[in-house]
Amino acid sequence: MKRVYVNEDWCLGCHLCEFYCAFANSGETDMSKAFKLGRNAAPRIRIEEGDGINFAVSCRHCQDPACVKGCIAGALSINNGVIEINKDKCVGCYTCVLSCPYGCIVIDPQNDGMTVTKCELCTRNNAGEPACAANCPNRAIVYEERGEA
Amino acid sequence: MKYVIIGNSAAGIGAVQGIREADKDGQIVIISDEKYHTYSRPLISYLLKGRVTEESMIYRPLSFYEDNKVDTMLGIRAVSVDSASKNVLLEDGSKVSYDKLLIAAGSKPFVPPMEGLDNVKDKFSFMKLDDVKAIEKTVKQGSKVLIVGAGLIGLKAAEALEHYGAQMTVIDLADRILPSILDKEASDIMQAHIESKGVRFILGTSVKKFGENSAELNNGETVDFDFVILAVGVRPNTELAESAGGSVNRGIETDTRQAVKGVTDIYAAGDCTKSFDISAGTERILAILPNAFMQGNVAGRNMAGKESYYLNAIPMNAIGFFGLHIITAGSYDGEVYCEKDGSNYKKLFTKDNSLKGFILMGNKIERAGIYTSMIKEHIALDETDFEMLKKNPMLMAFSRARRNEKLAGGVGND
Repeated sequence: MKRVYVNEDWCLGCHLCEFYCAFANSGETDMSKAFKLGRNAAPRIRIEEGDGINFAVSCRHCQDPACVKGCIAGALSINNGVIEINKDKCVGCYTCVLSCPYGCIVIDPQNDGMTVTKCELCTRNNAGEPACAANCPNRAIVYEERGEA
Repeated sequence: MKYVIIGNSAAGIGAVQGIREADKDGQIVIISDEKYHTYSRPLISYLLKGRVTEESMIYRPLSFYEDNKVDTMLGIRAVSVDSASKNVLLEDGSKVSYDKLLIAAGSKPFVPPMEGLDNVKDKFSFMKLDDVKAIEKTVKQGSKVLIVGAGLIGLKAAEALEHYGAQMTVIDLADRILPSILDKEASDIMQAHIESKGVRFILGTSVKKFGENSAELNNGETVDFDFVILAVGVRPNTELAESAGGSVNRGIETDTRQAVKGVTDIYAAGDCTKSFDISAGTERILAILPNAFMQGNVAGRNMAGKESYYLNAIPMNAIGFFGLHIITAGSYDGEVYCEKDGSNYKKLFTKDNSLKGFILMGNKIERAGIYTSMIKEHIALDETDFEMLKKNPMLMAFSRARRNEKLAGGVGND
């Protein structure tokens, strides 16, 4: 399936992916509203910055995911390869935060941490395709098919 | 092929999913003494406080059994297993035959003998949906509650009962709370936090004698109550495995395929079993949901002929009390790195060039899974920038090769 991949040699560390991710998932149509109204729009992708190296990290959509298997509430599930969070079922225990080896489950500030949130490859918002990849100025983030192991 | 699963919770459901990865058509029967659609046991405290409903706390969608072609026998108890004739005997005297059997029978409350306990009319365990239903019938605004046991179960009950404005006293024989997952320092932080919510702790003592609405403690105090929650501990349900001739030593003993030792075609998973904790290098009972699911999943695959091994069990808990969150994993053994800032607390334990365990509280919990993966994957610390990792778990601190492998991959992980 198509996944989001990063190339750390090309990442500028500009954080645009974080802004576009948060915006795409904010439900707002105006970027200034998404960020200015104190709604804590939260990115589900994260830039790690180091000494001359930057890269973005977001959910890998594992085929055999530790987060889904460990979820105590049955709130995480796999739908056509995309790992989705059902916030009506999530109780915010953070077992998925404990389980994800990539550190890609986000404690959701929009719900005061009462639930988690995560990358769903923009399948459940209006972005159409992953906003992080679509708006990366240097093609350091791509959304493409590379074949499965 | 006919698969029979005793137990309808995480381990049993994990097994259904494991079987269906390899066998789409074999008959699957789930037997459970509870009459409910599969639901999440750890969510009962959220049900009691009204955060979830009985409908929203189901563990898998209502279509799960149909989607996976599972026949259910709910509300009937399996009492023994005849491994010679390959039958499960039920409480009504009927038999269910199997080709492959999974025992996922969970655990039961452990209630030590306490003088006068029979005099107490309203006393409850806190493990199942029916426990919540019984408590809901009894609890009133401002009820006086005595909780015996300051572990995970007792304190989750306390958190839920705060919703009713209950006046709570928690007692425990241990001198600190949550000793199974926290060290002394973290216990003290959490105790102070819970006390600030109005819960009273009396530690290092036990009940000498119960009256109808009061308990005389061994330290001389007397505590009045309207009802009692008994949360001293749990014990694995091992009787079925014993009746089958399987190996039991406190918990059911299995190999890494989850096959029960000493018998054939019988598997076991979940709170009724023992696990091999790779962080401590010892066998122990890991009564936690993720472990139950993963064991059940591995058992199911093997039952259906798809070879699978469960090789990386560790203790791990993510839980919050009254808004303060804890994430812990592994064993608390070795050299210590500690950060403390009010209720925010981090302790990492390293030994033999690897991370063995951690305790994280408050705002130190983000991305904890990166630490968990270091324990599970035995990542050599000298292959990482551990000075960076200590402060914040991040992929940046791994070697470029390992980082690229992680970021390119993600196609398989448990």
